[in-house]
Amino acid sequence: MQFINSYDLVIAGGGHAGLTLALTVKSALGENCSVAVFDPNGFEPRANDLRASAIAAVVRQKFEELGLWNDLQKDAQPIHDMVITDTALEEPVRPALLSFGDKQSDQPFAHMVGNNTLSAVLKKAAIAAGIELIQAPVTGYQISNEHVEAMHGKSAPSHAKLLVAADGARSTLRELAGIAFYGWGYGQMALVATIGHERPHGGRAVEHFLPSGPFAILPLTDNRSSIVWTERDRDAKRLMEMETDSLLRELERRFGLELGKLTLLTALEAWPLKLGLAKRFISERLALIGDAAHVIHPIAGQGLNLGLKDAFSLATRIVEQARLGLDIGDATVLKAYERDRRFDTSAMAVTTDVLNRLFSNDSMPLRVIRGFGLGLVQRSPRLKQFFIGQAAGGI
Amino acid sequence: MNNIPIQKSTIDPREVQQFNELQGEWWNPTGKMKPLHRINPVRLAYIKEQITLNHKVGSNNLKLLSGLTILDIGCGGGLLCEPLARLGATVTGIDPGESNIEIAKAHATLSKLKINYQVTTAEELLKTGAEFDIVLAMEVVEHVADMAIFIEATSKLVKSGGLFIGSTLNRTIRSFVLAIIGAEYILRWLPKGTHSWDKFVTPEEFQTALETNGFDRCEVTGMTYSPFTDSWNQSRDASVNYFLCAYKAR
Repeated sequence: MQFINSYDLVIAGGGHAGLTLALTVKSALGENCSVAVFDPNGFEPRANDLRASAIAAVVRQKFEELGLWNDLQKDAQPIHDMVITDTALEEPVRPALLSFGDKQSDQPFAHMVGNNTLSAVLKKAAIAAGIELIQAPVTGYQISNEHVEAMHGKSAPSHAKLLVAADGARSTLRELAGIAFYGWGYGQMALVATIGHERPHGGRAVEHFLPSGPFAILPLTDNRSSIVWTERDRDAKRLMEMETDSLLRELERRFGLELGKLTLLTALEAWPLKLGLAKRFISERLALIGDAAHVIHPIAGQGLNLGLKDAFSLATRIVEQARLGLDIGDATVLKAYERDRRFDTSAMAVTTDVLNRLFSNDSMPLRVIRGFGLGLVQRSPRLKQFFIGQAAGGI
Repeated sequence: MNNIPIQKSTIDPREVQQFNELQGEWWNPTGKMKPLHRINPVRLAYIKEQITLNHKVGSNNLKLLSGLTILDIGCGGGLLCEPLARLGATVTGIDPGESNIEIAKAHATLSKLKINYQVTTAEELLKTGAEFDIVLAMEVVEHVADMAIFIEATSKLVKSGGLFIGSTLNRTIRSFVLAIIGAEYILRWLPKGTHSWDKFVTPEEFQTALETNGFDRCEVTGMTYSPFTDSWNQSRDASVNYFLCAYKAR
């Protein structure tokens, strides 16, 4: 005989968005709301994930409220300054087309945090908060009698008022709900590595818009930077097979001389770039968050922030509803969540897509146009403020 | 003390029949009771706010109504009773419609909530000597046969220091156009004939009825519908729907 475990909220997927949702709900509602997170991979950090992400100021604020920031701060590098250049690789000098400083405001507009650091901090906090972390997949679900029953392969099913799909870009639950996922591959790969350098970066993030795609140098703690190096698929394959010495020479061509001698602190990792957007973010007693709802181009460094903002937004709606004693899985909560997030997400998907199309090529007319555009932004304090606001995660 | 025979029923038989026909639809948020489901959050928020102010309980505590007794008059399928019970209150729900109470009882079992549901009226309940910290009459007065008798009986069910909270429709030209023509005939939110406009009560009439029965500090808050967010909100505009909260002096 199988016993059914009953919860208020069941989350499929223990990634950043899933755990952040669990923590935000739990910290507001406490023992009166039971939360379980299921993940087939058992909540261990991915051994090979070297990526670091820019945590926008609004998201950092939320992490502070959750009491997570102290732990995250140890590995967080503030970005004080952002420089964008637009040049062909061969040109020796790369004039900054656009630079942003945080001097206008009293706080950095983003922090770089290692993905694995974030995972570890979220996991620790989730256990401390009394969230059940269960190593099992959610393999199916069905709706009955005002609750949802989640299946876990051969293990006993669990009941909940609301099921959340935070199970990634290839979400099983999204497919089971019959929600279409529109998108395409970019034919580009993001090569990621941690680079050591001789001279300090001074908290400056640099993004070179090169013809093959953006090359971003993002400051980490100490004399380290994370690179996100976008190349067309076939070139990426060639680079992945390259010897360390020749790879360093390729890197130096892109870094310029500013940071001095470079060392490769980790191996190069390749992530295929895709755009994907779910047709709906909700179904009966089901909400999609994070990559299950959207996958965007990393050109603006907003993928993680979008997912975390989904989590905060859904949590707000759940908490409001629970505080009125109402059913947290009913259509009121879901519709409000979709209304909150759909625009922000679609706008970001379109923006990053257009940016990538505009910059990932070597057409002379386009270079002139974008040079003019960025120059315009540089000269207009108001426009600049707008872009800084965007980077900080504001509206 | 009073000359009004309270045995006289305030129930209008035609109205009971009408609600009974809606059985089975109570808990479907997209069915015939959709308008009640849509209106529930703003009702609960208002009730919670008034109780928080009067009984000095923390508004962020999930079980903030613990230790309080609440009577919901005209509880229907229990749409309001269940969330209040979930917030910790000891809830009694009464309704003259037998099938409503059956539906409410069955659903409370499903929700694993303990709620005291009874097929009875305020007048009958009063005879048992029952008293409550908070008495609710949401969208009820516009359906009763005699408002004065109803309010008198209801008042006696409130403990001194307790609250009466009601909501209803104002008798204005706007409410005629919006609540009758708009909601029943054009938008078809409600079955035709759900309301009769001449039974609508103005805030002044409501307030006077309560004040003659030992209440003071009557407060009126409007409630309006926003088509953009498809939600109901508290508002200063009490010309169509409004809440009323009154305090029974010690």
